[in-house]
Amino acid sequence: MDRTPVIVGIGLSEYPVAPDLDGVQHHVLAAQRAIADAGIEKSMIDGYVNAGGGGGMMVDDAVTMAEYLRIDHKYIDGTMTGGSSFEFHVQHLAAAIRDGLCDTALVTYGSDQLSRMGRRLGTGGFQRAGQRVAGPIQYEAAYGNSLVGSYAMHAMRHMHEYGTTSEQLAEIAVGIREFAMLNPKAMYRDPMTVDDVLNSRMIADPLHKLDCCAITDGGGAFVITTAERAKDLPQDSIYVLGAAGGQTHWNVSQQPDFTTSAGAKAAPIAFGQAGLTHDDVDMLMFYDSFTITCLILLESLGFVKPGEGGPFVAEGNLKRGGKWPLNTDGGGLSSNHPGMRGIFLIIEAVRQLRGQGGESQVPDCEVALAAGSGGWLSCIGVAILGRSHP
Amino acid sequence: MTAEVRTVEEWTKPLPQLDGVSTEYWQAASEGRLLIQQCPKCGHKQWYPRALCTACAADPEWLECSGRGEIHTFTVVRQYGAKPFRDELPYVIAMVQLEEGPMIMGAVTDIDPDAVRIGMAVEVYFVKAADDVGIPYWRPV
Repeated sequence: MDRTPVIVGIGLSEYPVAPDLDGVQHHVLAAQRAIADAGIEKSMIDGYVNAGGGGGMMVDDAVTMAEYLRIDHKYIDGTMTGGSSFEFHVQHLAAAIRDGLCDTALVTYGSDQLSRMGRRLGTGGFQRAGQRVAGPIQYEAAYGNSLVGSYAMHAMRHMHEYGTTSEQLAEIAVGIREFAMLNPKAMYRDPMTVDDVLNSRMIADPLHKLDCCAITDGGGAFVITTAERAKDLPQDSIYVLGAAGGQTHWNVSQQPDFTTSAGAKAAPIAFGQAGLTHDDVDMLMFYDSFTITCLILLESLGFVKPGEGGPFVAEGNLKRGGKWPLNTDGGGLSSNHPGMRGIFLIIEAVRQLRGQGGESQVPDCEVALAAGSGGWLSCIGVAILGRSHP
Repeated sequence: MTAEVRTVEEWTKPLPQLDGVSTEYWQAASEGRLLIQQCPKCGHKQWYPRALCTACAADPEWLECSGRGEIHTFTVVRQYGAKPFRDELPYVIAMVQLEEGPMIMGAVTDIDPDAVRIGMAVEVYFVKAADDVGIPYWRPV
């Protein structure tokens, strides 16, 4: 029996604004759509994976949601590495499927971030006056750093070491916006130029407002099973060719190197599993919480050498029609970012590999690489997916 | 070394929840002394303080710092939603590379935020946030 792990179903809930859905309903709607897309019965699901963390007032951890969904699982995983959780889930599920710990697993995510919390995530303030802060964050809390500030410190150091410019970072946002303009559901669809990015207000130097991702509602789900079982299912099987992850720190003050990421360790493992090289990759899905996130992923995953990312991006290599089209759904920068975007990287990669990308379809898309960044470029998960298995 | 310890009328920012390791760190800071840790076994130095050496897992010892370092990277925060930080915008958050080696997070004050640069030499001072808590800040030398 061929137990090679394959993704056979994907589903999105509603985005970018869905005031009638709470976070749990986003999980559920995405799950219903992924199950329908896979063409399976719910009763076939014997593995369940969910990072929780949808925010707001809801309870959406793995065991609560397994109960809510009534999944009779023999494999459960609640790994939470921030926005990259879902790439780590692919890694864990690939092993679980291969080892027979389960046969068909469901991964879900849901968040009503925008409708319930507004746009406070990036700059709203984690800390409040007089609050006692426990754990390692106690060494950071008194200073009023923001989420944007943590990424900004990466961009500042990268600029210092390599001469990377705000214009080059802006090119990333512009390229992704061009894909968002092809996605009718994307949050931001107006044409945008490098000057628009540079002229948007500074949030935390050197990151402007348009270097930062959207805040939206949204949910996603996917179904993964064995190649054997997938033979009877309607969608093209998308193979998990390689998946790996790594962590350099969690809190940003413990980042050992502000110009790179744990992707430098994870990517060679994932490529080794896949038996592929960077030139085999047809499109990229990077966690674009901020423009700098993409640049550091591009370099640390080895697509270009450290410091070469800025000029490479400015040449248009990540745009539509470029060498490695990036974030064909419009990304977190322009389409949707409900707080933990990593699941959408997997879903869009699968859509492209199936050839269901519509106007934004990457021609002859055989191999896609999804790279999630959780925390503050802390936990990097890499998944390489393909239309065929070598 | 003992650095300046400033007092404020009322500390309105978050306070650390003291634990088994951090109590001594914050107490020393309230007296004007910046502590990191050094491992007696392998020599590794680390910040923030922990119950083990992250290099070799031995019990670390306290090491009093010179209180000098340079800015490794920084940002100027220009938007923040919650008080009291909202009322202090813009302000500088930085990673400071200590003379002793490790990096420490802090805020840089006593300078125009637009004049801050990577590589700038800075020295520590403290603000007394509670009887047993001093918060390290940094200013240009």
